[in-house]
Amino acid sequence: MMRFILPLVLTLAAALPARAAIEIKEVVSPGGITAWLVEDHSIPFTALEIRFRGGASVEPMDKRGATNLMTALLEEGAGEMDARAFARARDGLAASFRYSASDDALSVSAQFLTENRDAAVDLLRQSLIQPRFDAEAIERVRAQVLSGLRSDEKDPQSIAARRFDGLVFGDHPYGSSLDGTIDTVTALTRDDLLAAHAASMARDRIYVSAVGDITAADLGVLLDSLLGDLPASGAPLPGPADPVFPGGVDVVDFPTPQSVVLFGQPGIGQDNPDFFAAFILDHILGGGGFESRLMTEVREKRGLTYGIYTYLADRDYAQFWGGAVASANDRVAEAVEVIRAEWARLQTQGVSAEELQNAKTYLTGAYPLRFDGNGTIANIIVGMQVRGLPIDYAATRNDKVNAVTLEDVNRVARDLLDPEALSFVVVGQPVGLMETSN
Amino acid sequence: MFRLTAITLSLAMSLALGLSRPALADEQVTHFTLDNGMDVVVIEDHRAPVVVHMVWYRAGSADEPAGASGIAHFLEHLMFKRTETMESGEFSRTVAQNGGRDNAFTSYDYTGYFQRVAADRLGLMMQMEADRMVNLRLDDSEIATEREVIIEERNQRVENSPAALFCEQKDAVQYLNHRYGVPIIGWRHEMVSLDRDDVLAYYERFYAPNNAILVVAGDVTPDAVRALAEEHYGPIPANPDLPARVRPTEPPQTAERRITFRDARVAQPYVSRSYLAPERDSGAQETAAALTILAEVLGSGTTSVMADALQFDTQIATFTGAFYGGMSLDKTTFDVVVVPAEGVSLEEAEAAMDGVLADFLETGVDAEQLERIKMQLRAAQIYARDDVDSIANRYGRALTQGLTVEDVQAWPDILQAVTADDVLAAARMVLDRRQAVTGWLMAEEVTQ
Repeated sequence: MMRFILPLVLTLAAALPARAAIEIKEVVSPGGITAWLVEDHSIPFTALEIRFRGGASVEPMDKRGATNLMTALLEEGAGEMDARAFARARDGLAASFRYSASDDALSVSAQFLTENRDAAVDLLRQSLIQPRFDAEAIERVRAQVLSGLRSDEKDPQSIAARRFDGLVFGDHPYGSSLDGTIDTVTALTRDDLLAAHAASMARDRIYVSAVGDITAADLGVLLDSLLGDLPASGAPLPGPADPVFPGGVDVVDFPTPQSVVLFGQPGIGQDNPDFFAAFILDHILGGGGFESRLMTEVREKRGLTYGIYTYLADRDYAQFWGGAVASANDRVAEAVEVIRAEWARLQTQGVSAEELQNAKTYLTGAYPLRFDGNGTIANIIVGMQVRGLPIDYAATRNDKVNAVTLEDVNRVARDLLDPEALSFVVVGQPVGLMETSN
Repeated sequence: MFRLTAITLSLAMSLALGLSRPALADEQVTHFTLDNGMDVVVIEDHRAPVVVHMVWYRAGSADEPAGASGIAHFLEHLMFKRTETMESGEFSRTVAQNGGRDNAFTSYDYTGYFQRVAADRLGLMMQMEADRMVNLRLDDSEIATEREVIIEERNQRVENSPAALFCEQKDAVQYLNHRYGVPIIGWRHEMVSLDRDDVLAYYERFYAPNNAILVVAGDVTPDAVRALAEEHYGPIPANPDLPARVRPTEPPQTAERRITFRDARVAQPYVSRSYLAPERDSGAQETAAALTILAEVLGSGTTSVMADALQFDTQIATFTGAFYGGMSLDKTTFDVVVVPAEGVSLEEAEAAMDGVLADFLETGVDAEQLERIKMQLRAAQIYARDDVDSIANRYGRALTQGLTVEDVQAWPDILQAVTADDVLAAARMVLDRRQAVTGWLMAEEVTQ
């Protein structure tokens, strides 16, 4: 039972690296595949992270869920091995492979021991290059996905996420769940999965990092043997989304004691010169855990919730400023009112010099603390590559935070925060919360 | 294996904690005790200039007085309020201003507080943590507001989740006499009347250096930690009236227990069973080791016995699992769960589950599977070194749950020594429905 668990939201913070004393090397394999490497021989294993840009967003909308189901099947049989044989081989090597699809990437995370690295990499290779998609495995995993989809239909968090995404992103892939629907997943064929595999896993969209007990030379050889046989190119990447924030409150009636609320408004991405000002602003508003204004006003002063947070979502094809809270049905109206008031107060009055300084102190101080393990570092530096950040980004990141002035932050607060556009989705049976739209 | 429902995943996570990963090599862990009785564990990892500072109390929800359920967790929240020298909220604010983050957690057997900061801020963390160990100053209005927060926390974790409500009922049926049957967060009807007297009584009874364990992990040396600990925690006197940790024990279970929980919000029914089981005991962890491996053999992943029979050889289940929570001060449980496939009733699912368990008791453990599991456990010792926070957690849990540093360090070898016969003997001892609770989680409308 934690005092408050920060939700697993992919905010920019998660991708921002620390100044850390790590040394990242760029390795280009003989076959031309690039990876970033941090060598650290203190523990005899390697953490490897692979990203394929595009993820589930490259699939046709009438095949929604194909990439997700395909990704789940990568470990369910490959080469000469069926699902059980593959699992026995992997477990016997004590290797760990995880495959997941998101809106922006298909991710493969692997950890393997130095003592059996070649065998582990060969196994991983087969799962990426030669997945079998056996009929038995397709049906078994499809049933798992369908079970999850049925559960999502009665889960207020999932209902809220789907409603929010649909309202904001409409027909763009971001507007629907990458899990698909019961209808689309039921209709998927083996050919659809083969197509999803060819569309999403190709060398023209690949990013790789490795951290741990491996040399640059060994990594170069590994890259070619692991990834060299992937097709050169995949499906076209999606175009940008055009997020719509109509303002107001959208209520989804669902009988449950506590209303779940998602909210958002337009945001900016890291390519915008005002990004760090907005990032600091978000930290002060709701990104900074217990110290944020929203946590203070909604939780600490009024006891309206267990947790509230905001984040700047900087996705590949859209940016927005999002947040979430949950309050009992008879108290959620007050929570929404306080959030709106805080949004307006921040826009019109800005932040104080002290708040800005506290935010900078936290953000720059917390930053080297992130680089604390092979797996963690591999994840961070593959994220840097996906975002197109320079390899020395870690050394300059704190300077960018420190360069933000009070004038910058308050100008961005005035220009970017938009109480009129702030849009709420509420799932539950809220009392006294009028459904409105602007 | 993919896409556990949120239900089963959370069950797996909450119950699988017993499968703690083996210890670091001994030389990286140092243990000593201050004169006032405070235990100190130092775990060195010099790869990054970071330190995790934790204080664990040997006091959790199972140490609460009857009628005040949730008080241990409520106190945990209130520990971030005012002390004699700090304003309400100043603790976390100070941590943040030093680039760190902090939080706390409560379980049945322990309450813990931690900060993750740059290694050179360790002294400041100790100074503040020592302060709130004995100097908390609570006012009634803050208590009233924070009580609303924990009620919203209960709404979020439990009231909004039929699976959590089901687990709560099932635990209450499992434990007739022991406080493990009462939820950590508390029963709602008792939470609403928790007050200052309840909080202070618990605080003054349990929060003292001789009931606490300091765990420091990261870029530190034992000598430096000892000097700082003596400076900050050393002056706090031991509580001479600290009660012995004696709790009510369970009577022998002589009748099978069953519950059915229905809720309109259930989309995916499942059957879940918990068997009362022995926990890891200091100097006697062999049975728990066998049960730990039994859970792996029966229900961990694609190659397990239950998955083999119910997801591969037949398609009765979409998910199966077995879990054993060996880290526990008192009697724990061994759990199995089956999520039936579409069109399979809970009755059929349960019968199939019982069939698999009965077959297993006849045929025993596959030697190759046992070897794979042991290989993974050996490798886990290597992978575990990458995450010093989890090592710190392991020691904190162990020392609040009746184990010693030596027990933690002996555990990997004890696991490796488990034989196929040991696993089977453990299975025969535990898998007895007369000492179990079987629960069905179902939708409101019976669709079977």
